[in-house]
Amino acid sequence: MNHTVLTEHMTKKYQQRKITNRVMIGLLASASCIALIPLLSIFIYVLAQGLPGLNLNFFTQLPQPIGETGGGMANSIMGTLTLILTASLFGIVWGVGTGLFLSEYPPGRLSNVVRFSADLLSSIPSIIIGLFVYTLIVIPMRRFSLLAGAVALGIIMIPTLARSTEELLRRVPVHVREAGLALGLPRWKVILRIVLLGNSRAISTGIILAIARVSGETAPLLFTSFNNQYWQRGIDQPTSSLPVQIYTYAISPYEDWHQQAWTGALILVSLVFMMNMMTRYLLSPRRSSK
Amino acid sequence: MNTKAILEVKDLHAWFGNTEAVKGVSLSAAYNAVTAIIGPSGCGKSTFIRCLNRLHEELPGAYATGHVLIENIDIYDKKVDPVSIRRKVGMVFQKPNPFPSLSIFDNVVAGLKLAGVKRQSTLKEIAEQSLLSAALWSEVKDKLHAPGTSLSGGQQQRLCIARALAVEPTVLLMDEPTSALDPISTAKIEELMTELRKKVTIVIVTHNMQQAARISDQTAFFLSGELIEFGETSQVFTAPQKEQTERYITGRFG
Amino acid sequence: MMERHFDASLRELKEQLVTMAGLVEKAIEEATQGLKTTKSERFQNVYELERKINQCHISVDSACLKLLALQQPLATDLRLIFAIIKINTDLERMGDQAVNIARNAQEYIKSPPLKPLIDLPIMFQEVREMVGITLDAFVKNNESLAREVLKRDDRVDALKNKIFKDVLELLKTSSEQVEQGLTLILIARNLERIGDHATNIAEDVIFALTGEDVRHSTQVATMKTALNE
Repeated sequence: MNHTVLTEHMTKKYQQRKITNRVMIGLLASASCIALIPLLSIFIYVLAQGLPGLNLNFFTQLPQPIGETGGGMANSIMGTLTLILTASLFGIVWGVGTGLFLSEYPPGRLSNVVRFSADLLSSIPSIIIGLFVYTLIVIPMRRFSLLAGAVALGIIMIPTLARSTEELLRRVPVHVREAGLALGLPRWKVILRIVLLGNSRAISTGIILAIARVSGETAPLLFTSFNNQYWQRGIDQPTSSLPVQIYTYAISPYEDWHQQAWTGALILVSLVFMMNMMTRYLLSPRRSSK
Repeated sequence: MNTKAILEVKDLHAWFGNTEAVKGVSLSAAYNAVTAIIGPSGCGKSTFIRCLNRLHEELPGAYATGHVLIENIDIYDKKVDPVSIRRKVGMVFQKPNPFPSLSIFDNVVAGLKLAGVKRQSTLKEIAEQSLLSAALWSEVKDKLHAPGTSLSGGQQQRLCIARALAVEPTVLLMDEPTSALDPISTAKIEELMTELRKKVTIVIVTHNMQQAARISDQTAFFLSGELIEFGETSQVFTAPQKEQTERYITGRFG
Repeated sequence: MMERHFDASLRELKEQLVTMAGLVEKAIEEATQGLKTTKSERFQNVYELERKINQCHISVDSACLKLLALQQPLATDLRLIFAIIKINTDLERMGDQAVNIARNAQEYIKSPPLKPLIDLPIMFQEVREMVGITLDAFVKNNESLAREVLKRDDRVDALKNKIFKDVLELLKTSSEQVEQGLTLILIARNLERIGDHATNIAEDVIFALTGEDVRHSTQVATMKTALNE
């Protein structure tokens, strides 16, 4: 094969490869688009169904008794926020604490057991956790309560938070911890002030994702915080929440309640969406290079 | 040179579980001397210097026995708190490791700040002094609040030196401080060491024989956890006493 | 022990130096024969050899410089190259001295001899042996041979002094042949210089082998005691 023939041959090969490459990229791109379809359709559908019922009253008024139109889900929105806040109070401390324990203390039988339990816990259906809290808190107190709901959500947060915290902290090089120790700082100070605070942004991302995960939970709340048609009265009282309220209204036979449920769903989806956007913002390269 | 020993190691053994990594090493370093530790990978040289600030025992299953006297205080004495020891013995690591998300300034004063020093004027003064000593001041004085991790590798390593100097240690341990750096950054740090030695006594682990030859006064050669030869650097590199040292530094090892 | 690529370079360098030393030995031999046989081609050989020695001098130096720069040798390697650089210089000077002997000998044989040569041939023999042993010590890495050379230098010095004295005595009685006498003294002096260079080489060999500096040993010893006090 002389030189020109060889070159021609190579050029032809090259053209073929270029075409194959384009075809493959096209295939992959369409596969990704198909994956986006369910997400987009849910979002558009919820938007279309929910928007008509969206007005200021929805955010400010209590649900109306059966038969009366109008009203809103102000108590459910407040209830969901309070639940999340209370759940976070102990879910974060417990979850991040467990993550710290798993990443910072020498591996041993205890940490293996803890890690295994966390994995197991995260795969337990949330309704089981609801039942557990029901027997643990609701039955002794003889009452559904905000506390019980918060505990259930908190327990669901623990495994995800523990594992995400552990993973994040494991990515902090050993040398960073040793640099702290070598400066004459006690280990707990190095862990809290350098390892944890130094990665606060990544940790908060994990926290927000955990919150987003539990804010849509319905099943465990049915047995714990239950529902309430009025404003929340205390931590030991049943409380309304968006998911349960949506559930109640959606299975009802009334048309305007269905509308309310859709609007509630829109609010819930927006809430989760906003939290996800917040994590994107926190992790954006623009901020980290600042 | 003041010949009084500031660092004296007597019969030091270090263990990882059942494995003995340092097998009874004794040596001493005079005030303001630079001591280089050389030897093949896995010879225990890093473990050895990590025993000099009791950092070794922070690893799971690791412990050490023997005596390490720093200014005549045995840091392995039962009454001595390892945390307080580390304030007197600074350390610079192989890879530059500034604290993530801390600014250049906060990195330098981290040791003081977290130990409870709060006065801003004091912190500022010490930060400037330490950065000057680490030959980094002129490069960072206008961006003290930029993140430490935004600096180049060589600058990060000098930042780590500044951070170690800020707590005013008597001894500075350097564990292959230039092995991750380019030749120019390496030269800067070597140049810096000749200045630093006026303030601190330096013990440096290095894989680079020429570096040990250039910067140190005395050299210790480790092999399989044992101190094979310890002597004046010029003597070790021109006429080593031991066959193993000879083989190692002429590259005939194997 | 692992064979390094560097070892081959060192071996090559050593061989180059040994070749050069061979030329030096030959030059001394030819100068000696020239004086003995008065044949002029012997002297021509000396001049020819000296040109070759000079070429070797340059090439050994550049080989050493290259190895120092590229291999950055340490310990025995460093001592060996350091010694070779110095031995190289001494060999080149020995070549120069051989030429000096040839020139002086050519001058000497133009006129009738001053006296029958007795001590000078002995001295020639002594120096040739000294050079031979030195080179043996270098080639065989033999420290005791090198130390023997150091002892021999005294004998050469003594011979030179004897020749000086004898010639001076002669010149005192008959002053017509001052120039011949002076030439003999110069030859003795040239030989003695060759012996000194051989001694230097022996010292370098000892340093390369052991790292011990044996030069000016009494002086060093006094300096050390002075420092320690």
